[in-house]
Amino acid sequence: MATLQEVSEARAVRAAARRSAPRGSRSVAWWPPLAVLVVLVGIWYAAAAYYDHVRGLAFLVPYPHLVAKAIVAPTMPDGSPSTFGTDLWSALGRTTVVSLTGLAFAIVIGVAWAMAMAMAQAKWVERSLYPYAVVLQCVPILALVPLIGALFGYEFASRVIVTVMIALFPMVSNTLFGLQSADRAQRELFQLQRASRFARLVKLQVPAALPSIFVGLRTSAGLSVIGAIVGDQFFQRGNPGLGVLIQVTASRLMGPELYATIIIASLYGVAVFLVFGLIGRLAVGRWHDFS
Amino acid sequence: MTTTAPAPVTATDTLLDFRNVEMTFPNGTIALQGVDLTVDRGQFVSVVGPSGCGKSTLLRIASGLETASDGTAGVAADRIGYVFQDATLLPWRSVQGNVELLAELGHMPKAERAAKAAHAIDLVGLGGFESNLPKQLSGGMRMRVSLARSLTLDPELFLFDEPFGALDEITRERLNDELLRLFVEQQFAGLFITHSVSEAVYLSTEVIVMSGRPGSIVGRFEVPFPMPRDPDIRFTPEFAELVGEVSHALREGHR
Repeated sequence: MATLQEVSEARAVRAAARRSAPRGSRSVAWWPPLAVLVVLVGIWYAAAAYYDHVRGLAFLVPYPHLVAKAIVAPTMPDGSPSTFGTDLWSALGRTTVVSLTGLAFAIVIGVAWAMAMAMAQAKWVERSLYPYAVVLQCVPILALVPLIGALFGYEFASRVIVTVMIALFPMVSNTLFGLQSADRAQRELFQLQRASRFARLVKLQVPAALPSIFVGLRTSAGLSVIGAIVGDQFFQRGNPGLGVLIQVTASRLMGPELYATIIIASLYGVAVFLVFGLIGRLAVGRWHDFS
Repeated sequence: MTTTAPAPVTATDTLLDFRNVEMTFPNGTIALQGVDLTVDRGQFVSVVGPSGCGKSTLLRIASGLETASDGTAGVAADRIGYVFQDATLLPWRSVQGNVELLAELGHMPKAERAAKAAHAIDLVGLGGFESNLPKQLSGGMRMRVSLARSLTLDPELFLFDEPFGALDEITRERLNDELLRLFVEQQFAGLFITHSVSEAVYLSTEVIVMSGRPGSIVGRFEVPFPMPRDPDIRFTPEFAELVGEVSHALREGHR
């Protein structure tokens, strides 16, 4: 029979093994999502085969490898090189410009709007400004589209305006929430030292607001991509972005190209979300659990 | 009903002089009634009382955060330290940054406030933790940072709003000893709010007992033990007897 000491040593060894386990489990964390991807691509092949052989409508669900080829090395149906590659990347470039421009305006307007409400001496300023932030959120943007087009033309400016309208609300609401998040004792600490409103804003409210401002930024960044693509589909003059490319490829029944555009648009949305999440973590992760 | 702002007190040795102070909140709740209270230089006065008896309101009036609705609330101290129930640290600032905050808000030059903060950090025994963030500290250490922050003001009068209530017993006793040492070394006058009778007796030169709402003073006890105090006085019969008397007054007042 094992002595007490042997038992306790064995337990210590097992405990040590458990403690070092997370290091190992991190290296296997990537394969479950990859397995899901493999399954999804498998289902896609099955669906593509069904549409190809049973329905005879191959362009509705093209094979994944054809879509991949449309992204990497597009060709015409007769095998000659096509210009789709250039079209795709330049459309992505233009959509990037529209979404980031719209996002920049949404950030500036949203933060200024929220600051005006939070800084206002009187509660009535917040009471009179906040409803419009909510109204803006509730107005169906599509209902305004013809008007925006008529007022600002059917090119870049209108696309940016639609992007701003879609991306603005999370900036306003998150910034306002953040500016008001300092607790009562913290505010009283400043009050006891007779700190100015400006000192309170700069040294207390703004730093306290940063975590939720960055949450708003990440949300707005994702929405700005949607805004840019939606704007594109309505205002088709000028340089086309991904939204126009989606409509063109869809109307010409260019299955692989349509899917390629959708995938690139999605990847761009994911990339924006990740980049702005990373920016948030870098900015406040040192003292705040930014997830 | 007359509203009175904190009025200057003439006698130099009295830092806080409350006469017949009343506090009625806008909703009609009477928090304090006929409170007479003085804190002199060299005194450490603790206030014990049931929850919601207006102890904290007393402190808020003394600090100027609230204004008494009647009576005179005189405060003669220029430099007042205030320690909240929570450490109330700014999570994005290091220990050094948090301790410098009050001096910074008072527009003290950078080099001067850095030196002051370093000294205060040493006083509370946190040397070596200057660059740590609050989330990397224990509850007791955070409260030490909060103490150090107020010490940078060189307070004449130090107000404590149940500062150690959320700490475990061992940490609390250790911080009690630190506070006594600071009281002897730094020579501030103290007004200390607490739930704990033994903490009040151990720390104080005088213990005030308040009744439940509306809060009024129902007992005053001089604490005869000389400063500096030996932690072991807590285990003497005299100490136990005084704690018993204060607890008794607390029960009477709560009835």
